[in-house]
Amino acid sequence: MARLKTIARRTFLIGSAAIAGGVAFGYYRLRQDPPNPLLKDLKAGEAAITPYVRVDAKGVTLITPRADKGQGSYSIQAHLIAEELDVDPHKVRIDPGPPSPAYFNSRVMDDSLPFSTIDDGMMARAARGGGEVLSRVLGMQITGGSSTVPDGYQKLRMAGAVARETLKEAAARRSGVSRSQLKTKDGQVILPDGKSLTYAELAVETAQLAPVTDVTLRPEQEWRYIGKKMRRIDIVAKSTGTQQYGIDIRPDRVVYATVRANPGMGGTIKRYDASSAEKMRGVKKIVLIKDGVGVIADNTWRAFQAAAAIKIEWNDPPYPADSAGMWKVLENSFSKDQQDSRLRNDGDVEKALAGSSKPIEAEYRTPYLAHAPLEPMNAVVLYTKERLDIWTGTQIPVFLQGHAAKLTRLPEEKVYLHVQSMGGSFGARLDDTYALQAIELAMAMEGVPVKMTWSREENMAHDYPRPIQLSRAKGTVRDGMVESMSIDVAGQSMGASWFNRLQAPIPPGPDVSSVNGIWDQPFAIPNFRVTGYKAKEMVPVSPWRSVGASANGFHHASFLDELIHAAGADPMAELIRLCNHEPSKKVLHTLRDISAWKGSRIDDRRARGVALTLSFGVPMAQVVEVSYAPQGIKIDKVYAVCDVGRILDPVNFEAQVRGGIIWALGHAMNCELTYENFAPVQTNFHLFEAMRFHQAPEIIVKGLQLGGDVRGIGEPPVPPAAPALANAIFALTGKRVRELPLNKSINFA
Amino acid sequence: MQLTVNSKRYDLDVEPEMPLLWVLRDELGISGPKYGCGAGLCGACTVHIDGTAVRSCSINAGEVRGSITTIEGLGTPANLHVVQQAWIEHQVAQCGYCQSGQMMAAAALLSKTPDPSDAEIAEAMDGNLCRCGTYTRIHSAVKTAAQMMKGK
Repeated sequence: MARLKTIARRTFLIGSAAIAGGVAFGYYRLRQDPPNPLLKDLKAGEAAITPYVRVDAKGVTLITPRADKGQGSYSIQAHLIAEELDVDPHKVRIDPGPPSPAYFNSRVMDDSLPFSTIDDGMMARAARGGGEVLSRVLGMQITGGSSTVPDGYQKLRMAGAVARETLKEAAARRSGVSRSQLKTKDGQVILPDGKSLTYAELAVETAQLAPVTDVTLRPEQEWRYIGKKMRRIDIVAKSTGTQQYGIDIRPDRVVYATVRANPGMGGTIKRYDASSAEKMRGVKKIVLIKDGVGVIADNTWRAFQAAAAIKIEWNDPPYPADSAGMWKVLENSFSKDQQDSRLRNDGDVEKALAGSSKPIEAEYRTPYLAHAPLEPMNAVVLYTKERLDIWTGTQIPVFLQGHAAKLTRLPEEKVYLHVQSMGGSFGARLDDTYALQAIELAMAMEGVPVKMTWSREENMAHDYPRPIQLSRAKGTVRDGMVESMSIDVAGQSMGASWFNRLQAPIPPGPDVSSVNGIWDQPFAIPNFRVTGYKAKEMVPVSPWRSVGASANGFHHASFLDELIHAAGADPMAELIRLCNHEPSKKVLHTLRDISAWKGSRIDDRRARGVALTLSFGVPMAQVVEVSYAPQGIKIDKVYAVCDVGRILDPVNFEAQVRGGIIWALGHAMNCELTYENFAPVQTNFHLFEAMRFHQAPEIIVKGLQLGGDVRGIGEPPVPPAAPALANAIFALTGKRVRELPLNKSINFA
Repeated sequence: MQLTVNSKRYDLDVEPEMPLLWVLRDELGISGPKYGCGAGLCGACTVHIDGTAVRSCSINAGEVRGSITTIEGLGTPANLHVVQQAWIEHQVAQCGYCQSGQMMAAAALLSKTPDPSDAEIAEAMDGNLCRCGTYTRIHSAVKTAAQMMKGK
């Protein structure tokens, strides 16, 4: 890994990745595709035409290597392959495939680069190329950053086309008819005389052929799936309770386990006394693991009961014990030596501030937040001296395989990871602590499958949260317009903490995600400066749905709204006037029209706020409408408009936008993690409710398809929702709320 | 101890204080009811006891009086309950983990209140958390299921 770190650094430091790669590895090696992992365990009669398509006598299996945490990624991956392969995605088998560098994500690094995701300049493109090379070299099979669609849009259709042409070639050889005269339909090759050969029948011959790669993708007019309403491949299973998740795996002879690790994450264990737990019904074994204790029993509830009965003394982790101390660390981070980035510095902010009689100043705070997917973290592990089998849901299969090999001292090829369907993630499964704990327990139960489940309380304490963020903002207005804006942001580095746990190289250069959602916003404020300050690491943190922009969208779009109100301008009109990115401007125009915007106050009882945040290449603007209700303020309606280049599935597109907004509003209103004695106070959903049914507003969604790059939609709906709500609350009440969650200052109905 | 689940009788040797959820999941292998919070806060474990929606994580097995129905007993892919048909029609599920509980809550509501108002729907569904944020489609699906029941 040390060598890879050097390579990674070079790849980034030199502008052109290809040149850097040439030095380190040889151009060819870096550009070469990794081998097809399906060939490794291929049985007789099976053909693996590309890493994405396997054919045997029973039919076709599509490999969908990006994790499905609920966002519909298996379904969209299957439809993209099927678009060219001519199979019905509901009639074939779907398999997430083995962990493999072949499934590296070419777009996952885009959001970590010091170039805006909409910057199409030479340097930005070269850096993105560098990110792709790094991902390829490291075999970064990661699901995240709303990258499944951008990464797979061409790649998966190409895989389908190659598989189709190779199957046709096999049919051509068998029938003596040239490939160009053959057609395909619903899993069959059709001969000119109308006779057909199923793909399954052609498996053996196809396996003998080199893949046919001189293929072109179908034109848009011939698409059967893309752009039309799709039916999720898992919709029946998920509507009948028959969908199997990781937590439902129950192999023969399984034993049930749980763990209790130091609730102050990063702290170790001093001593424990399990004498009473050992005697409890069903307990089989109590095992010391890294930073905690595990209980193996014959039933999960019995394991929970026994774990709770163990007396444990912990060693404190190396950061402040409570929230007040943690905020103090951020407050003290605005110093020259902790300055990490200044990615935006337009005009002359200092001059504008000096020239104003009353500059506006504000401080914004956003809290630690848990991902808290509804399925608690779990894994089933079977360990023997010869091999390791892991059944779990993960976004980082290659990393988990590597970590598991290291822990067990088995070679990586003896680590078999069976990726399971996931009951949510929102970033939680970008870590694998739970799986490594399950492996530790399985190693104490050689030959017996161990099913480890975190209690909700364990899950709340060990959910690597989104970092806290503090910003100090200043600005001026002149002649009814926003004249200057300076935002200084202090936070812990999400990337440093997470990459360390992955044992992966931290991308060198500024910590971009700490300032994303501010520096890269498409507004031409004449004097605009964004400065990032790196606070020391505290609670270990990780990416949370929409990453840096999830908090920064609130800091940026709220303060911009403050300035606009101070200027006496209309928020919608001033955002449109300041906007310097054509797609973003079209988004705002459309939002103004569909919401029939006539100013932020509708009447004495109703008001609106507007915000736009560009993240993951997607400009997303929202109007939130609030009113007074007897029990407090109520969100009545949200209008959301964005541009994703092209909408692949309108049904899931709408679901992701609505879900993202409900996620964002629910946490903005109701959620934070606060710390006492190193552990979060919020131990279960009564203290971390997010949004419940009665608070959910009507959400009107309009997706534009302006024809630019095809983008993902899992995360971009999140960042502008909180500021649009806070801006609406200001318009209604005159009260500017600068700290989340809003329910610390506002009563909601 | 004896329990009747989805019309089948089971003889069990478990502590009476074991929550029903863990009897279903770990002793009987009935995995439709999900563990989410263990404290009656999220509703993912919702089952019916004699037709009433109950959080199976928060009732001890020894306290159960009546016949238990889980999502597996509500309907199957080959023989869908109207609530499940509506859930499919609206493509409600994202991760789907909470949806067994959501559908059980909705089915219990509709069996007693066949034509619920928006307020009655909100009241009945408020105890079931969905982290993916599918509430707007849940609302539409409950309305559709009510319509379908009327048509029958």
